[in-house]
Amino acid sequence: MTGSTTRRGVPVHAALLGLLLAGALLVAGVFAGQASAKPERAPVMPTTGQGLDGDRVKIRSARRIVSLNGDLTEVIYALGLGSRVVGADTSTTFPRAAAKKQNIGYQRRLSAEGILSLKPTVIIGSTLAGPKRVLEQLDKSGVPLVVLPEDDTIKAPANKIRNVARVLGVRKRGEILARKMERQLRVQSRNAARLAKGKDRPRVAFLYLRGPRVQLIGGRASRSNTVIRYARGVDVGATVTNRSSVPVTAEALIAAQPEVLVVTDTGLRSVGGMAGLLRIPGIAQTPAGRDRRVLAYDDQLVLGLGPRLPSAIRKLTLGLYRGNRV
Amino acid sequence: MGIRGPSVTVTLVALLVASFLASIAIGAYAIPVWDVVGVLSDRIGLGVGGTYDQIDEAVIWDVRLPRAVLAALVGASLGIAGAALQAIFRNPLADPSLIGVTGGAAVGATFAIVTGFTYFGLLSVPVAAALAGLVATLAVYAFARRAGRTEVVTLILTGLAVNAVATAAVGMATYVASPEELQDIVFWTLGSLGGASWETVRACLPFVILGIVVIPLFGRTLDLMVLGEREAGHLGVRTEQVRLVLIVVCAVTAGAGVAVAGIIGFVGLIVPHIIRLLVGPGNRLVVPLSAVGGATLLLLADLAARTVAAPAELPLGVLTAALGGPFFLFLVHRTRGAHGGWG
Repeated sequence: MTGSTTRRGVPVHAALLGLLLAGALLVAGVFAGQASAKPERAPVMPTTGQGLDGDRVKIRSARRIVSLNGDLTEVIYALGLGSRVVGADTSTTFPRAAAKKQNIGYQRRLSAEGILSLKPTVIIGSTLAGPKRVLEQLDKSGVPLVVLPEDDTIKAPANKIRNVARVLGVRKRGEILARKMERQLRVQSRNAARLAKGKDRPRVAFLYLRGPRVQLIGGRASRSNTVIRYARGVDVGATVTNRSSVPVTAEALIAAQPEVLVVTDTGLRSVGGMAGLLRIPGIAQTPAGRDRRVLAYDDQLVLGLGPRLPSAIRKLTLGLYRGNRV
Repeated sequence: MGIRGPSVTVTLVALLVASFLASIAIGAYAIPVWDVVGVLSDRIGLGVGGTYDQIDEAVIWDVRLPRAVLAALVGASLGIAGAALQAIFRNPLADPSLIGVTGGAAVGATFAIVTGFTYFGLLSVPVAAALAGLVATLAVYAFARRAGRTEVVTLILTGLAVNAVATAAVGMATYVASPEELQDIVFWTLGSLGGASWETVRACLPFVILGIVVIPLFGRTLDLMVLGEREAGHLGVRTEQVRLVLIVVCAVTAGAGVAVAGIIGFVGLIVPHIIRLLVGPGNRLVVPLSAVGGATLLLLADLAARTVAAPAELPLGVLTAALGGPFFLFLVHRTRGAHGGWG
């Protein structure tokens, strides 16, 4: 650009104006960028989400939410929308306020009319929810039903947070929460690595208990496996099965030689606490049973792969390497 | 008791209609009766209209109505099969589980759940249950048959053995099931009509109608068979053929019911007894009225199952036993006081 005009002869003031405009746009953009990092004060509706069988559904309001799965209830609460939950399934254990919401039954045995009677403006579930026919009935009612994909990887919590946040119109809140969670995950993973450095990694088994006669061991494809691996334990269940879980006999359990047993609170209660657990054949004969190294956690903490995954990893790491009890 | 027949029949049918209407009008989701009428009339083309919305319509037409129809069908199938089997075996403890229908169906259902069998889509579990129920019944019959004859006691004992094997097979399937499949199996065995849809109604309707039409035709024959096998034979009843036809029809009818609703105890066993206490032992009346009574009972039980703990549901099979057991005890006690009972 030479002289007072551009090569194409645009007058100086016009060029200046253009420059000014561009600058203003840039500044506005920067501010807009900052503004976009600010979380929404309330859900921005409408949104769209993935419905049953991959249809897209439009969600007009997030005023009354029914959550079909415990892990998703937890995500909704973490996003600050807990007061909008009008119903949640039996697998909801956390936070305590959520477990007190209207109970819609177990996530795989839902009732369409019961859910609709809560007058939800949106129903959120994962592909674990069912039976399928009830989901179809819900879909037909015209109330938006969102079915999120199941995911058992380490990425699950962040994915869930982002998906749920998008559906409920709090995308930015979700992004902030997901990033914070991912950061904590990295921190906890590093902490675990530091604690485990130079030490023998304890052999851990996750037991799914339902009364004294039902004991399943978590396998390679289980959610507990993810938590155990990140806490730098050796999941002996992974050598027992590649599936998510199998029933385990007394002998198989003894052969696996777990040094620490991880169970859920409700599971431990179902066998009558620690004393009841040690009476189950095989348990007392494992190194874990001998030393009474049993760690019990909230069900959704170890099995939910929800927003508390970093905390689950931290607790288990401390349990494994510092001998902390829960 | 012939005099009481007509009045009892009218009362029972009226009760059935009332229970059916109540099942459509009442539920966890509050809908004014006027809108219920509006949805139903619009759907069948009468067009009374109303102020209902899409949710009201879906709840009534896609949730409540198929569920009420299915409850009536399943209840009727269990009741009528129970009445016929008690007459055939001359045994007050006979019910569809005795001839292996329930046990077989349970095996079919649990294996379909555990193996993830989905060939028939959403109907895969019911189809597997119905087929396995029929196979189990035929196995019972084939084992109990010898030289063209079947002894009742052998048949009952064979049924016990087949049921034991079925229980073992269900236990085996439970053992290899994942936690989610385990929950599905447990819930199936508790019985529920929660998955009722027009599709399930269509799937089980023909089989239930078969039973409701065919079994009452044998009312008089069953009365003769109650006298004893030989006596019935002398009176011209071809007992072997009658028994085979009735057992297969009962297996198909009750099997269809169990397949779509899971295990619902008590109805097949107790309903015929209640009817007999009301109208006497004549099977020409007991058999059809057991269908009416079974339908009524299951409609009312399901109404309770889906409203008592709303918005969650109670297991239907548990409820039928919990409600029916004490009522039956009361009836037995009263009858014993009045006529000296069954000795």
